[in-house]
Amino acid sequence: MNKIDALTAAQLRTDLPDFRPGDTVAVHYRVVEGDKERIQIFEGVVIKRHGSGVNETFTVRKVTGGIGVERIFPMHSPNIQKIEHKRMGKVRRAKLYYLRERKGKSARIAERRP
Amino acid sequence: MAGMIGRKLGMTRVFSESGDSIPVTVIQAGPCYVTAIRTKENNGYESVQLGYEEVPERKLNKPRLGVFKKLNLKPLRYLKEFRNFDNIAELEPGQEIKVDIFQVGDRVKVTGISKGKGFQGVVKRHGFGGGPKTHGQSDRWRAPGSVGQASYPSRVFKGLRMAGRTGNDRVTVRNLEVVRVDVENHILMVKGAVPGARNGLVYITK
Repeated sequence: MNKIDALTAAQLRTDLPDFRPGDTVAVHYRVVEGDKERIQIFEGVVIKRHGSGVNETFTVRKVTGGIGVERIFPMHSPNIQKIEHKRMGKVRRAKLYYLRERKGKSARIAERRP
Repeated sequence: MAGMIGRKLGMTRVFSESGDSIPVTVIQAGPCYVTAIRTKENNGYESVQLGYEEVPERKLNKPRLGVFKKLNLKPLRYLKEFRNFDNIAELEPGQEIKVDIFQVGDRVKVTGISKGKGFQGVVKRHGFGGGPKTHGQSDRWRAPGSVGQASYPSRVFKGLRMAGRTGNDRVTVRNLEVVRVDVENHILMVKGAVPGARNGLVYITK
């Protein structure tokens, strides 16, 4: 696999902040509609990071109007304009799937101090 | 037509200029060397024999080593003939063939040996639907059904699709788009999947 990692190394993005599951981020994602282009902001809790190298993705979950929405972003996509690291969360597992069954008070995540 | 011998290295993704993620298979393509040219006059057909992958001398027998000695090449592990090669007249034995015979955007065929799956039933092997799962059925979910008629013909026809060894076949995938060509590192990236396991031998033809 090392050969493939070397070939894709040029595509890796180093300008994005480091974040973990449980953190709150706002992803500024470039959306192309027809010939128009705009930036869409998706803010929520990171519930998982998956994969490695150029294949890495992360999932952001937010609740809008009582409906949970999850979006998977490729970590190294050139369409990510920037990621705002809004809040660090204190969690005890790497995949926060339990948040899907919770809402309101029990879906809160304690803040982590660096 | 043009062809090369290579090895599948694995899959990854490449981001296009518009930001789309393209799934690609990375192939170590060559460098290949022309080891022989068959012509209509001498052999009755036209083709080019290519060699790929250096191998220690002790791995080959003397007759095979002689082929490479004559051409001043290092010993090579694989030899394979490709028919209807482009500009066959310009090629010479001993010449190196690099990935630059392919360009980004070309459509290529990739041939490999698919992964062996062992002895598989008829659902996986031939895509049969199996039987009903409910309404009083027992052990019929993945059954093949009837295999024939009655006292006439009193036998099962040859070639009837049944369970058996699956995979480990020669498979060709056509119309794969070339996404990237790296001549320096002898790397070819094609869009989509290619038959075989990682490090499996593949033939790429245009």
